[in-house]
Amino acid sequence: MFGTGLLKGLGVTLKHALDTFEDDRESVPDRYRGSLELGNNRRVIQQPIDQEGLLTIQYPEEKRLLPERFRYIPMLIWDSEKQEDRCTACGICAKVCPPQCIWIVRDSDENGKPMTRCSDFYIDAAVCMSCSFCVEFCPFDAIKMNHDYELAVYDRYPQLVYDMAELTVPLEYYAALWPTQYEEEQARRKEEEEQKRKQEEEKAAKAAARAAAKSAAAAEESAGAAPRRSAAELQALAKERAAQRQAQAADGGGSDDDAAAAKRARMEELKRRAQERARARKAESGE
Amino acid sequence: MAEAPVSDLGLSPELADAVVGTWAEDTETAYVIAPDRILDVLTHLRDAQGYDFLSNLTCVDYQGYGGKLRGDVSERLEIVYNLYSTRRGGGSVALHVRVPADDTVPTATSVYPGANLQEREVYDLYGIKFDGHPNLRRILLWDGFHGHPMRKDWHEAYYEEDAKPFRSRHPKGDYEFHEDKLPWAKNTTYPAGWDPDSWQEAVAYVPVSQAPQHENKPHLDTESIVVNLGPHHPSTHGVFRMLTRVEGETILALEPEMGYLHRNHEKIGERNTWLMNMPFTDRLDYLNSMSNNWAYALAVEKLADIEVPERAEYLRVIMAEFTRIVNHAWSIGFILNDLGALQTPALYAIEEREMILDLFEAVSGARMMCNYMRFGGVVRDLPEGWHEQAAYLANERLPRALDELDRLLTENEILRARGRGVGYLAVEDLIALSVSGPMIRAGGLAYDIRKAEPYGIYDRFDFDIPTLPNSDIFDRYYIRLLEAKESVRILQQALRDMPEGEILGGRGGYTLRAPEGEVYGRLEAPKGELGFYLASDGKTQPWRYHIRSPSYINLNALGPMSVGYKVADAIVILGAIDIVLGEVDR
Repeated sequence: MFGTGLLKGLGVTLKHALDTFEDDRESVPDRYRGSLELGNNRRVIQQPIDQEGLLTIQYPEEKRLLPERFRYIPMLIWDSEKQEDRCTACGICAKVCPPQCIWIVRDSDENGKPMTRCSDFYIDAAVCMSCSFCVEFCPFDAIKMNHDYELAVYDRYPQLVYDMAELTVPLEYYAALWPTQYEEEQARRKEEEEQKRKQEEEKAAKAAARAAAKSAAAAEESAGAAPRRSAAELQALAKERAAQRQAQAADGGGSDDDAAAAKRARMEELKRRAQERARARKAESGE
Repeated sequence: MAEAPVSDLGLSPELADAVVGTWAEDTETAYVIAPDRILDVLTHLRDAQGYDFLSNLTCVDYQGYGGKLRGDVSERLEIVYNLYSTRRGGGSVALHVRVPADDTVPTATSVYPGANLQEREVYDLYGIKFDGHPNLRRILLWDGFHGHPMRKDWHEAYYEEDAKPFRSRHPKGDYEFHEDKLPWAKNTTYPAGWDPDSWQEAVAYVPVSQAPQHENKPHLDTESIVVNLGPHHPSTHGVFRMLTRVEGETILALEPEMGYLHRNHEKIGERNTWLMNMPFTDRLDYLNSMSNNWAYALAVEKLADIEVPERAEYLRVIMAEFTRIVNHAWSIGFILNDLGALQTPALYAIEEREMILDLFEAVSGARMMCNYMRFGGVVRDLPEGWHEQAAYLANERLPRALDELDRLLTENEILRARGRGVGYLAVEDLIALSVSGPMIRAGGLAYDIRKAEPYGIYDRFDFDIPTLPNSDIFDRYYIRLLEAKESVRILQQALRDMPEGEILGGRGGYTLRAPEGEVYGRLEAPKGELGFYLASDGKTQPWRYHIRSPSYINLNALGPMSVGYKVADAIVILGAIDIVLGEVDR
């Protein structure tokens, strides 16, 4: 009969309307199940997959809960334990970047010798295509994807060209955004460090043994020329030296003059500011 | 196919001398045909051997080619033809024609009318003239564009280097704002003798200008007029223009005009390394980034001979079939939108789409620009809880939603009245016009690459290729619903059978060097046959990166399908082709 198709279709529409209406009359509507209440009508909504009826998220009061893997613009990690940037200015991220929006300035010491850190790092957020290749291929876990998507500004340049201070976030910020991945990463890093330490110890021991053998041979050749050191003594000495080297490296390159110190202070200041901003952002977004 | 001698082309003796050589025997053999014999060979292959489908027609510029295989061939450009048989299924025959720059070759449109848009594209981007082409005008670029941008010696504004990574980025990457060094001089050169001030876009559009002025003399003494539909409105599938000649409300001729979103994706692709192209493919058909990823990965894996682990194959099928449902739900919603059923069916259709996109976001990090596949697998394994949610969708929610959509629309009298018999084109014509995907299945031909030339692990699943007989708007709507239901079946099986294990094979990182040669890889994207034609000279960048995009080539049929129907129908006919401008304009 003519019109049955129409009526059937209207039945579907009615069902949808009722579903949505009913949901709205609940004291806690279906669509707020599992969402995070921030007060003042602000919520982070996790849409249940079995939700019936159509729902509108009232942005900006309400926001979607982003999954951990959400990727937007990269951020640089400041390792708060070691008090240093994880970035070593190796440039792999700049090489794999499909739109070539990463610009890295590698730092150098007063003799012009390149160092394993960058003095600046730019990302043109207007060009970035959020592919996350930089994250995938970074060997130092130094660059990660930020979840912050509210980046609107009035001018593209220079506001959307982020420099190092704007990109840097503390490790804790990253750990809060990417908890699962962070845990896995920490476990892996610890293991790697352990291995590295072991290797270094072995190396030191070997070097000490070699030195001992050599000195023993030399001593045999010219007996009584030098006071003999035992193998154990030499080993202890080598260990001490290795520890010294490590301390120096952690110190950020050991002895340097006032200019370098001032620069480092400035970097510290920038980092502190970035951390503050990140904290404020975090508090604001309620994550 | 790899070891095929020349005689394997099966040409009759009088045509044997048309084959002047072979090329890229290690990857996919192509036969080099003498330019003046190409039409004879094409005709023979179509009529005697059943290669009725000209899938891909493109061109490669070999100036400055770094590979070893080419030897001392002096001709600079090579036109490439990939032919398939829709009746028999199976692989392709690849033909090459070598020509010097600015030369003329005979058009293939007399044998395969579907060569129309593709030859115009080659003319536009490479400057080869096709003798006898009915409408040889620029297509993606405008008339005032100087040069042919796909040629290797053409440089874009802000040109830095031929290949990425650019040296200026590291280690002395002091950021420079490119707009500050705007090379105006390079940006606005015009072709010789071409004056932008006196230029007026003439109605030189061949089908429209040559359309019959009065088919049936009406009672009133009226004139047929030229009307631009667009750019923009045609229910806003994107910025697209239909130039029509109408007699009252009836369309006498229609021509698609495109290129508003053209960014020369393929030139960018030649600057990129192999892997860098992956996120760019997301932006082609931006509704179906997973399928695009897979098509590109498939072609590169074929070229570089990369294995894909079992679990990754399943993940790819799952993502691709979810994508198909997303696409079909979207296109059904918008066919209805174009019919004037504003918003309601579209909203209902994309309700589940939201949930699928949430799943995509959870696994890949982005709802639409997924960038999920890599050469040799996929990049991330499923997060916790993903499988259960996907299984809930595939087993319960999606079948229910599709049935509901069926109930809402299929028997609706208005949809039937508007859709039945509108936009008819016989399936033979559709194939001749190189149309692929749901359109030909709505015409009764069960041609689906998942069955005709199975890729991935599609041969393991139990599913059907639905077909409908009428080849009109209504069938084009309904076939999509049926296909979405088949996708649900595949999803249920794939989610049930997926094994544990590796997700990414060994090689294929950012330093990939594909072996010298060429390859044409294709798959059944939701909109039709999506193919990637790749040529490599053994370096870290593709020598040629061409996309055979279903949206673009399906537009071949827009004009022939619309003639004789009303203006309001033309909008729906366009909607039922289901185009995405990101893919049309590239």
